[in-house]
Amino acid sequence: MPRDNNDTRVFKVVGTRPPRPDGIDKVTGRAMYGADVTAPGMLSAQILRSPHAHARIVAIDTAAAAALPGVKAIVTAADFMAQDDAGLDDILVNCMARDVVLYDGHAVAAVAATTPAIARAALKLIDVTYEALPHVTDVDAAMRPDAPVVQAGRANESVPAGMSPNVTHHCEFGHGDVDAGFAAADVIVERSFTTAATHQGYIEPHACLATFTGEDKADLWCCTQGQYNVRTVCAALMGMEASQLRVTASEIGGGFGGKTTVFIEPVALALSRKAGRPVKIVMSRDEVFRATGPTVSSSIDVRIGMTRDGRITAGEAVLRYSGGAFPCGTVDMGAQSAFAAYDMPAVRTLGWNALTNRPKEAAYRAPGAPMAIYAVESVVDELCQTLALDPLDVRLKNAARKGTLSSYGPTFDDIGLVATLEAAKAHPHYHAPLGPGQGRGLSAGFWFNFGGNTCVSLNINTDGTVGVTEGNPDIGGSRAAISQMAAEELGLPYEKIRTIVADTASLGHNDVTDGSRVTFAVGLATIKAAQDAVAKMCARAAAIWGIDPDAVEWVDGAAQPCGPNAGKFPPMSLAEIAAVSFQTGGPIAGHHEFNADGAGVSFGVHLVDVEVDRETGATKVLRYTVFQDAGKAVHPSYVEGQMQGGAVQGIGWALNEEYIYGEDGRLQNPGFLDYRIPVASDLPNIDTVILEIPNPGHPYGVRGVGETPIVPPLAALSNAVSRAIGLRLNRLPMSPPRILAALSGS
Amino acid sequence: MKTIQVSTTINGDATEFLCGPDESLLDVLRNRLGLTGVKEGCGTGDCGACSVTLDGRLVCSCLVLGAEAEGAQIGTVEGLAQGDRLHPLQQSFIDHAALQCGICTPGILVAAKALLDRNPDPTDTELRYWLAGNLCRCTGYDKIIHAVQAAARTMRETADAQG
Repeated sequence: MPRDNNDTRVFKVVGTRPPRPDGIDKVTGRAMYGADVTAPGMLSAQILRSPHAHARIVAIDTAAAAALPGVKAIVTAADFMAQDDAGLDDILVNCMARDVVLYDGHAVAAVAATTPAIARAALKLIDVTYEALPHVTDVDAAMRPDAPVVQAGRANESVPAGMSPNVTHHCEFGHGDVDAGFAAADVIVERSFTTAATHQGYIEPHACLATFTGEDKADLWCCTQGQYNVRTVCAALMGMEASQLRVTASEIGGGFGGKTTVFIEPVALALSRKAGRPVKIVMSRDEVFRATGPTVSSSIDVRIGMTRDGRITAGEAVLRYSGGAFPCGTVDMGAQSAFAAYDMPAVRTLGWNALTNRPKEAAYRAPGAPMAIYAVESVVDELCQTLALDPLDVRLKNAARKGTLSSYGPTFDDIGLVATLEAAKAHPHYHAPLGPGQGRGLSAGFWFNFGGNTCVSLNINTDGTVGVTEGNPDIGGSRAAISQMAAEELGLPYEKIRTIVADTASLGHNDVTDGSRVTFAVGLATIKAAQDAVAKMCARAAAIWGIDPDAVEWVDGAAQPCGPNAGKFPPMSLAEIAAVSFQTGGPIAGHHEFNADGAGVSFGVHLVDVEVDRETGATKVLRYTVFQDAGKAVHPSYVEGQMQGGAVQGIGWALNEEYIYGEDGRLQNPGFLDYRIPVASDLPNIDTVILEIPNPGHPYGVRGVGETPIVPPLAALSNAVSRAIGLRLNRLPMSPPRILAALSGS
Repeated sequence: MKTIQVSTTINGDATEFLCGPDESLLDVLRNRLGLTGVKEGCGTGDCGACSVTLDGRLVCSCLVLGAEAEGAQIGTVEGLAQGDRLHPLQQSFIDHAALQCGICTPGILVAAKALLDRNPDPTDTELRYWLAGNLCRCTGYDKIIHAVQAAARTMRETADAQG
């Protein structure tokens, strides 16, 4: 797609920082999130969850619970139809265990009652007879041929014979002669790494309200990153027609990928259908940790060869991921992204997924990439230390750029990695002195970004204002960015636009808010819808003037005759055209529907200074700077916000966050006290530098920015800690006990 | 269990409610009084999303019983704005893009106001430790710190002008 002279275009609204349209509602407490709605006659539901990591359900006796006054409906797996599609059936079985519980926290029954207290009391009256089965929660243990089998028969055709039945998926990427590459190296470093599963940690627990209004007709309100996906999945699981299930996305209290899912919605629908009343489910924090998506846990081997002057000759990685108790393809993205920052003559990555008795993996910001790139960037850093080379110079020397054959197949178009590395090198942070016991680390990071199915309507109101109707929950300010792009394209002030997120009955399908796609793809659809409306407004003006529509152009929010031969007419503004629209053919609206292509990849580089307390093992982050290519920052404040928020999630992953399982296979830290996400006092300011290397796939040059920033912190922190203490930890998180153990071991 | 009748003042308005003896102030505010600006993130006092003031003291309303509100003055996010005039903290959060998803915002605003009521000119470190009980997963806290400091400056200037 041709750009609109990006490099010279002067934007009027894009690039400014207007107040977000939902700001006042969110600072006054008026914004309605998942748990904030009620309905007349509403019941409250609670879910009974497995205390076992792995067990056969011998029997479920719900008679005593059903007899409790106030209990209106109980459901178990027997109330749901098994699905032919394996992916859908996995979602269903994850919502409600069928015959076997696969992890601590797996749902086995649910009760709807007149009050939450009665529903909780009823759960205690449900008698489940379990027969415990052997369990495995570690990915390396799960891959051994004699490991306890989580689910049998789930391997796809990519898995060779003779593997553990827990291995479900294998992938391989790369190019070039890896053996020859290693033969040309002066130094080869090979290391093994592990990373813990971490949770997205959104502050809003999952919540929904389901209301059946007839045998096969229902409304569903829920906090989700994708109401259309919820509709597709729930309609299938409930045996409903999609048109009869209207799903409305609430304001969303964080997701980071973890709300691209369905956990409680089919349960609420089934209870509502059975009880004939609205049913609300709100998860507790304990349930969020035990039964919603953490990211994968990983075990990774990386081998890289380098010449004495810092040229990478070959790289190889073997990635073993576990996405919990169900087949998971996230390792593909790890294997594809591991070496994406490098222009390499020879590269090979092998990926494996293994089942474990853990919750079903859900996407978490750049799913699969942070751990893979952590491993690679750690080895690159060690090579730089070994060869006494500057880590930014080495990355610049080997950086992927336009024309590079990427490690995962495509050849890169315009990308911002070199500019980002150069910005880091020129920044005062990179040259600031360090104190004793302090270390500086850096890492590059990468994410593919995504386009996807998108549908937008743009309505020209008769008073000259504009309504944009889109279908993607606004997770970090996207309504502001979409309003800005509509205003830019129409030539209107930002204040004239109101963008809303529609329910599933109001607009065609939109893919979930994921893959850093919304500002790119919904923005692009909005621009196209605005162009559609502009063409119609030009035609209306042409009809009024009695000239050819092709002789009308749109300039600064008004139609005007195009060139001297078109005739002399004063420009007609959008408001003037809209005001007479009922006399010139009726309402005016623009639409655009497409499967968006051309999401440009995004690179970032993070610089961090740390100090490690050798007595406590605690790591203090002293200074942090994020450099990232945003293509074009539509609302720079929210681009910075993505860079800062992603960086801090990565800091948490590097230093503290982990799913800790006991020998019994139960999760030991399902709460914010023991699963410790970063708090304000842990952190310095997070400085940001936005680079703008336009994406050729977007008329304004926009790239997605949301996911890349969680990728570099893992290795940046690890490299900084390694340099601060003179020891390399190859395991995340680098929690204080691990650092102390490493120091005492030395 | 018999319910308890409680007389209290919420955001300046005399309010009476009935609640169970085991019912948290958070559940009362959200489920009985419709004050859903008070958010529940954990129910265990770890996240601060349910922060309110109880007789001027910052508390997690999930750790307070509804019955403990008898005779008390409760302050929630719904009481920050005066009519359509936002509190300087609220305006500053919008101006500085200090919220993304916004679920932690009500608790952080209430907590920040409680600090500035005591200490109109906190250092960044004082502010970061004061807000350490309020989790935000979206912003990395950077813009929150800047927004609170900007609001504190505005409030000091206003106080000086009225001074």
